[in-house]
Amino acid sequence: MQLTNRSKQVSNKEMTLMERAYLPAIATGLAITLKHFFAKKVTIQYPEVKRYLGPVFRGRHILKRDEDGKERCTACGLCAVACPAEAISMVAAERIKGEENLYREEKYAAVYEVNMLRCIFCGLCEEACPKQAVYLRHDEFIPVFSDRDQVIWGKDLLVEDMNNRYTREAWTKEEARALDNKRANGEVTNVVPRAIP
Amino acid sequence: MELTEFVIKTITIFVVFVLTLVIAMYSTWGERKVAGFIQDRMGPNRAGPGGLLQPLADAGKMFFKEDFIPALANKWLFIAGPSLAMLTALLASAVIPFGSTFKWDGHEVVLQGVESNIGILYVFGVVALGVYGIMVGGWASNNKFSLLGAIRAASQNISYEVAMGLSLIAILMMSSSLSLGEIVSQQHGGNWNIFYQPLGFIIFITCSFAECNRVPFDLPECETELVGGYHTEYGSMKLGFYLFAEYINMFVSSAIISVLYFGGYNYPGMDWVYNQLTAALGSETGHNVATLIGTAVFFGKALFFIFFYMWVRWTIPRFRYDQLMNLGWKKLIPLAIFNIIITGAATLFLKPLITAWLN
Repeated sequence: MQLTNRSKQVSNKEMTLMERAYLPAIATGLAITLKHFFAKKVTIQYPEVKRYLGPVFRGRHILKRDEDGKERCTACGLCAVACPAEAISMVAAERIKGEENLYREEKYAAVYEVNMLRCIFCGLCEEACPKQAVYLRHDEFIPVFSDRDQVIWGKDLLVEDMNNRYTREAWTKEEARALDNKRANGEVTNVVPRAIP
Repeated sequence: MELTEFVIKTITIFVVFVLTLVIAMYSTWGERKVAGFIQDRMGPNRAGPGGLLQPLADAGKMFFKEDFIPALANKWLFIAGPSLAMLTALLASAVIPFGSTFKWDGHEVVLQGVESNIGILYVFGVVALGVYGIMVGGWASNNKFSLLGAIRAASQNISYEVAMGLSLIAILMMSSSLSLGEIVSQQHGGNWNIFYQPLGFIIFITCSFAECNRVPFDLPECETELVGGYHTEYGSMKLGFYLFAEYINMFVSSAIISVLYFGGYNYPGMDWVYNQLTAALGSETGHNVATLIGTAVFFGKALFFIFFYMWVRWTIPRFRYDQLMNLGWKKLIPLAIFNIIITGAATLFLKPLITAWLN
């Protein structure tokens, strides 16, 4: 019974003179390594050159604002509940008169903190958020920190900058896959990233 | 000895010494670059442009590491080991002819540390001493792996020296001189020994791989079997010296190979270049420039063989110890003796026929 079509007949035959001379085999090997010597290197020079990690990569967190620059977060706490690493904590506050241009809902997060040592970048907070307020950026990492006081990120680091809004080419895995297929077929070459899903 | 002669010799020896060290230093960088390129990587490229300051960084690291001597090691021999390895490695470069002569103010200086009429014997003697560095270091470490590595190194070097010497005999039969300068000048005009001694060359280069303890014959430091081999117990600059000595040996044997088989500083069209230069720049400057070109050609050949060492290292795996011994004693030595007989027969019977036919 044939189990596989990759099986090879093993033989213990005497080596021919060419094989015993050893030098032809070495020459073949040297040719192969020389080919690799001149081949294009696969290394990406990381800090200087960064590879594009795809539109759904989960990097650093961002608290989105809406088109008018109002914070979307309403401090419902669903992200904190969803978080398996218990990295998110927040303090809710009520919006007072005159703050309508700052916060979209009547309730907002006065304090919103992510512990970057705890966070495992699973993206469950993104999925849990009913207000589409918290996202993990696909284009930025958490920078390396060397002190404990750099670990907990507050709103000053998390809230979106309206002058430099965060945009993405695709917002779901399905969209990303469709985009990849289109790219592979040559249907699209350049995609305009969208700001709000 | 005349004072100017003394000064000139001192300067020559100093230059040869520094050149050997610099080349050995940059061989470490070259080795890592070649290894990287062959494995589709970049190699070191952070310290300086293209990683060119990497040897300095490595040396700085080596110097500032703790100079550790194991409690049960023999302290003096432990220190003597790497020193001997360095010493013997550096001594061998003294008789290599790097170029023809420099003419300056009526003096004619040969670009060679010591003009010895037994140059090649001197090289062999010093290279044979090289095993003492490894042997002493391995024994003084008081560690069975070090000792096993040292024993391997000793037996391997002794075995391959026989075949190496025998392959050299064929060269000496042709040149009838032991002086390296003489052997080089006989290869003038494209009469490179590689065309007359291809078999001898293959034997010689194989043996020089074994003598330098390089892959595929790096059994003395076979880390899968012997931890680190003879330098298991060594750290900091003492380890650095052992590794450095290996690279110096590599450069010296590359230089010897290019001297013995590839015409040293000779290159095709050499006389034409010489005539053009002396006609254009005057007999003295022209001569010196021609010598410099010859020296550059010599270093080109030597560096190619250093590259060849590295190229082979990252291509083929290590021999098993019995295979190593079989290759040395049962293959290379009979082949070398056969080569001697062939050379003798050819010089006796073939050469008169060919010269008669040519005339």
